[in-house]
Amino acid sequence: MPSSLLWAVDVYGRVYTLSTAGQNWELCKDAHLEFKRLTSVQQCCWGIAGDHQVYLYVHSSDVPIRYQEETYENQRWNPVDRFCEKLLPSDRWQWSDVTGLKHQPLDSFRLPSEHWEWEADWYVDENIDGEPTEKGGWTYAIDFPATYTKDKKWNSCVRRRRWIRYRRYKSRDSWAKISSQDDGPLPDPFSDISAGGWDITDEPRGHLSLWAVSLQGKMWYREGIHHHNPEGSMWTEVTTPGEVVQISCGPSDLVWAVLWEGQLLVREGISRENPKGSSWVVVDSPSTEVGAIHVAVGINVVWAVTKDRQVWFRRGVNSHNPCGTGWIGMVGEMVMLNVGLNDQVWGISCEDRAVYIRHGVTSSELSGKTWRAIAVARDDDRSRSGSANSLASAGCFFSGEVRVQSSVMNDAESSSETERSQAAQSTSPTHADAMKRRIPKVTSDSFISELVSDKERKPGRDGRDGQTPSIQEEGAPQEQAFADQETSVELLPQSSSQQGARDPKWSNVDLEEAQPPLPAAASDTTETSSLSSVATYNLGMEEQYGVDEHPLWAWVSGGGCAVDSHTHLNWFNASTGVSSSVQSMSLSITPAQTAAWRKQIFEQLSERSKREMENFKHYEQAIEQSVWVKKGNMQWWRDWKPNKWIDVRFALEQFSGTDGNRDGILFIYYTFNDEKKYLHAFINEITVLVPVLNDTKHTFAIYTPERTKQRWPIRLTAATEQEMHDWLALLNLSCCDSRGIHGPPCKQAIWSTTCKGDIYVCEPPPNLEAVPYPLPCDQMFWRQIGGHLRLVESNSVGIVWGIGYDHTAWVYTGGYGGGFSQGLGSSTDNIHTQTDVKSVYIYENQRWNPVTGYSSRGLPTDRYMWSDVSGLQECTKASTKPPSPQWTWVSDWCIDYNTSGGTDREGWQYAADFPATYHGYKTMKDFVRRRRWARKCKITTTGPWLEVPPIALWDLTVLPCSSQSSIEEVALWGISNKGDVLCRIGVTQQSPAGTSWLHVGTDQPFKSISIGGGYQVWAIARDGSTFYRGSVSAQNPAGDSWYHIPSPPRQKLKQVSVGRTSVYVVDENSNLWYRQGLTPSYPQGSSWEHISNNVRRVSVGPLDQVWIIADKVQGSHSLSCGTVCHRVGVQPMEPKGQSWDYGIGGGWEHITIRGNSQEAPRIVMPVPAENTLEKKGSVAEEGSEGGGRTASISSVLCIKEEELNGNAVSC
Amino acid sequence: MADDKDVLRDVWFGRIPTSFTLYQDEITEREADPYYLLLPRVSYLTLVTDKVKKHFQKVMKQEDMGEMWLEYEGTSLKWHYPIGLLFDLHASNTALPWNITVHFQNFPEKDLLHCTSNYVIEAHFMSCIKEADVLKHKGQVINEMQKKDHKQLWMGLQNDKFDQFWAINRKLMEYSVEEGGFRYIPFRIYQTTSDRPFIQKLFRPVTAEGQTHTLGDLLKEMFPTAVTSDDGEKKYQVVIHGIEPMLETPLQWLFNISATRTISSTSVSFPCQQT
Repeated sequence: MPSSLLWAVDVYGRVYTLSTAGQNWELCKDAHLEFKRLTSVQQCCWGIAGDHQVYLYVHSSDVPIRYQEETYENQRWNPVDRFCEKLLPSDRWQWSDVTGLKHQPLDSFRLPSEHWEWEADWYVDENIDGEPTEKGGWTYAIDFPATYTKDKKWNSCVRRRRWIRYRRYKSRDSWAKISSQDDGPLPDPFSDISAGGWDITDEPRGHLSLWAVSLQGKMWYREGIHHHNPEGSMWTEVTTPGEVVQISCGPSDLVWAVLWEGQLLVREGISRENPKGSSWVVVDSPSTEVGAIHVAVGINVVWAVTKDRQVWFRRGVNSHNPCGTGWIGMVGEMVMLNVGLNDQVWGISCEDRAVYIRHGVTSSELSGKTWRAIAVARDDDRSRSGSANSLASAGCFFSGEVRVQSSVMNDAESSSETERSQAAQSTSPTHADAMKRRIPKVTSDSFISELVSDKERKPGRDGRDGQTPSIQEEGAPQEQAFADQETSVELLPQSSSQQGARDPKWSNVDLEEAQPPLPAAASDTTETSSLSSVATYNLGMEEQYGVDEHPLWAWVSGGGCAVDSHTHLNWFNASTGVSSSVQSMSLSITPAQTAAWRKQIFEQLSERSKREMENFKHYEQAIEQSVWVKKGNMQWWRDWKPNKWIDVRFALEQFSGTDGNRDGILFIYYTFNDEKKYLHAFINEITVLVPVLNDTKHTFAIYTPERTKQRWPIRLTAATEQEMHDWLALLNLSCCDSRGIHGPPCKQAIWSTTCKGDIYVCEPPPNLEAVPYPLPCDQMFWRQIGGHLRLVESNSVGIVWGIGYDHTAWVYTGGYGGGFSQGLGSSTDNIHTQTDVKSVYIYENQRWNPVTGYSSRGLPTDRYMWSDVSGLQECTKASTKPPSPQWTWVSDWCIDYNTSGGTDREGWQYAADFPATYHGYKTMKDFVRRRRWARKCKITTTGPWLEVPPIALWDLTVLPCSSQSSIEEVALWGISNKGDVLCRIGVTQQSPAGTSWLHVGTDQPFKSISIGGGYQVWAIARDGSTFYRGSVSAQNPAGDSWYHIPSPPRQKLKQVSVGRTSVYVVDENSNLWYRQGLTPSYPQGSSWEHISNNVRRVSVGPLDQVWIIADKVQGSHSLSCGTVCHRVGVQPMEPKGQSWDYGIGGGWEHITIRGNSQEAPRIVMPVPAENTLEKKGSVAEEGSEGGGRTASISSVLCIKEEELNGNAVSC
Repeated sequence: MADDKDVLRDVWFGRIPTSFTLYQDEITEREADPYYLLLPRVSYLTLVTDKVKKHFQKVMKQEDMGEMWLEYEGTSLKWHYPIGLLFDLHASNTALPWNITVHFQNFPEKDLLHCTSNYVIEAHFMSCIKEADVLKHKGQVINEMQKKDHKQLWMGLQNDKFDQFWAINRKLMEYSVEEGGFRYIPFRIYQTTSDRPFIQKLFRPVTAEGQTHTLGDLLKEMFPTAVTSDDGEKKYQVVIHGIEPMLETPLQWLFNISATRTISSTSVSFPCQQT
């Protein structure tokens, strides 16, 4: 779980954040402003500051926010000047947008605000639809609105080229003022703000809805906020039936507001197309006597607070019924509430102004159970108490800064003043007064002022300050609160300075810290004197109370805080030390592994064994070894037709030697025609055990080399999930034992994943790449490693990274086991919780008829009206289950607009008839339509993986090298799920996670990347074009520029893999291509050569070995999709190899061979050679039976019309 | 690099070479040869000495054979202590093999419990397991297990089947990462120089502040003289499974790897010996 932040404002307007991984409130990095309101989302936080201006705080990230500006230069040919800028009067502008309608010369582009900067100058884009153009980037056409091609023809009368330039958002990790001048003057300042709506559209765009309320009760909506434009473009007014005081916007389509009179407004008609919604519905206040004062909404919940501080929960709210059905009164009195991610609720209690979280909020129990106070210290509290701990912590710098400010002020007061601080001090009280006076009296603010006055009275009672009680006795109501403040502003700094002088700890720390950051603090004071003066006052205030006094909060926002009911937080017990969180965060090498005591135990144990046993090996063992049998009942997918599940007895017989190594036999006893029979498999012959995806049964498959050839594993089903896992754990252990495999996989290991997300690893035997007789692929033994991943990439120094289905990046910790293995055969260290999220899709199908138009009444011959993608299975919203019992639903069904082929506004795709190609618009010939619905489900498991936050990845690659290589920093490249190319910095064997990403600019989003042994970086853009990155080296890890490589004719490329020298690509039609003509002086090569079809993925290793995942591999019993295949006959002079050898599958999704750098022994030993020969002989026989095995396959992998049964993992 | 898993195996497959000699006063028909065996450290004497008994039966009359009991240099060996513990406690600094004297007469009623059959050992073993689980998980894990799981644990020990045993025992060793360990560490401290059979108290694996307790912490609390001495010299030897771990070893970790001990005594045991 990456950490995320909870934002809060205290009663003095200071902004703090609390990390889910942290244990104290940290002052916002950019702390020079005071805030009234905040609304946070994951990537940023919006706020209204004391000056009533809107500010935006965007978190820094390794990936910059870039916006591509483009303009077209148009030219026409004439016989005299040839192509020139002289256009016909009827033509478009010489510089225009893509349509030609808008005049936009290069110098007309301006930065939208002071928070942007240009990345570089304008340059010409030399790319048209994934094809490189001639130098200069011109594309030609007959006339202007026409199709452009890269080639100049005899009839090309016009040409144009595209100029692009990037601007970059620079105000990150600081509060950027959203200037209102462009929008025209706003009528009045804002008083409330709420951001949400990020779930309305899909992730890549990153739309955000931002709603604001002005002091006069008008409502505003910020247009055009998305990833590339975090500030949005303009405010538009939204009409409301009354004066609004507060608004809340949920992650999806819920927007509620509170009216001045106490009723609530609900926005209706919010959709993907219309995020602003269309109309308002009024809902009465929960209580008949008192109106509502505050509302907070989430995905499916609405919470409200009435003027008497009572908390209410709205029943029956969902996206179909945003109004809900009724109110339920809840326990607790709150001043405000906020609903964050996962409908978690945060509040500030009326009684103690502490931040509370609603405990026990789950999707089934949205109202939660109890309020739980967050009791953590603030980082400046800590530093004040002088603890060395907090000085060392990351927050120290900022707290230090604050301290310095205060010290400057204190010095000023205690007459050892500098000129600057004197000036600051003299301005401070007046400014503070002015500011406070300007604050209008609005309900929403009243409690802040109330609080401030509350707070001041308390010390007064202690009798420390004679003047405050007298003011208090005047019975200062609302208005008096301000007067209250004014007096104390003058008084308090003095007392604080005295205290500061008295406390030796204080001055000590000041002396240490004051020197270096002084200029910064000074500039703060000069620039924003009014603000810093407020800070003095604040600090002075706080001095009066002990450290134990908890902070008083005014506002909290959890919109960016990823917490759910299972999240473990260290927020509730302030006394718990920092150490625990530090321990759990340790990467790659845990202290337990390096600690001396651990090493010592290992040494002593082996010493003990030596001492006590070595000379006595001839002694008899006290306990004779015997056979151990474990039995159970299972169902077996029988081998003969008709195939069905039959009940069988299942037994594992194990016998072990004195050394602890064991072997065993697996028996399946079944009845055939009333005759008792059995089937057996030797444990040492089993090559892989695979759990099979099945939503009802707990199924796994057992492969042996023979079964792999048949493409027909032994499939078994256990009665319960627990039983299956017990058996799998035991069988896995037995298999590993019989092969003598213990501990974590070696660095040379081959990693793979199945379409179920299971991770398998194979210890490559040395003769795997032997020429001419390599180890047959079907004899490779694969064992499962815990976790759930979509792909894994590795190299031979042991750097292993993976990407989950939810695009989360993970780094391998060096452990093994986890998940399925339940502690058996699992390392005790380095196993962590891992979660993954993926979508399940179903299709809604409709047919057109003349009477009702499209309807869910199909022809009798039609597919189900709710079906899977093939139409063969009925899949309704209600009946569709998560892929296996390990998965749980985490969202509701929603329309998927990202189906390939495009959709219309409602998500429909049209076609002439059902099994056809679909398009996203309706034509006259379309009689059927379909749309895809998606629902997210989540798995929680364990494995040797640690998350690498925060950037989600699409693809990644690790530098292949020899295992002895002494490379310090390993090159690792990735592609973010938005398509940014990234280069990881600081990846070493000691810290495989690296430190940060370096963004590598591209003109378009990318999807696949691979780095070769000589730092050749190849990448594929989303439009299918290929690029080579020049000048990448260990010294220049990011290289300098991209070279566009033409694709094979009429093919869009999908994936690339680069070995030592070889470059292979796979296109979208599953063809595998080899790049010819690569030389050191010309690393881009010359042309593509076709190698094979039916290839899904390719992995080229550090020895240029080629492994693929192939579809449609024919076995003797069945056909398999997603099969691991090995290119045999690959030699330095013959990099393309000769034929394929088929290994494990189907259902395999990904393989990486890039860790295996062991050269095969040069001379093949006579004995193994014989063995392999023998093997080959039998293979040849099989092949002639099954057809296809030995057929010299250079292109077509045999396809037959036969039951597609081999993809055992069932993709 | 060696892994924790290997430690489990090393602990389980620890063997003590032992020579069994018949007591000189036993009445025999002819001279009895000594008998040599490799005894599993984690098992019980009476569970693994059937062969010894059979060996001496050959030279003795049936009527001269009472219940067999074992003695080492004058100390009767308690069968209900794990073999490794007995060895570490009484004989760890002597030359191997371990010379055990076999008696069939004069059963020392006040020192030893009778062990009439393997059921007695099983009952003792299971009660130790239960006691430990009460300390670790309030007994929840062991109580939720089925009868056959209990049987598998016992059979695993009896037949020296590491995997059979650990397939069940791992469940007993689970703890939530959040809590950082068991509720209490099930341990016993045995001393060579004390009349008390052993020290056993409640002790948590982590401090209230979330810091992990080390072996040193435990000893400091239970047996202060074992770790601190006036002249700074090491007075005591802290032995677990025949090795001396560093006092900095976190208790929970130590217990995880040495957990096979759970089966035999309640816990990690610390035979402290004066040097």
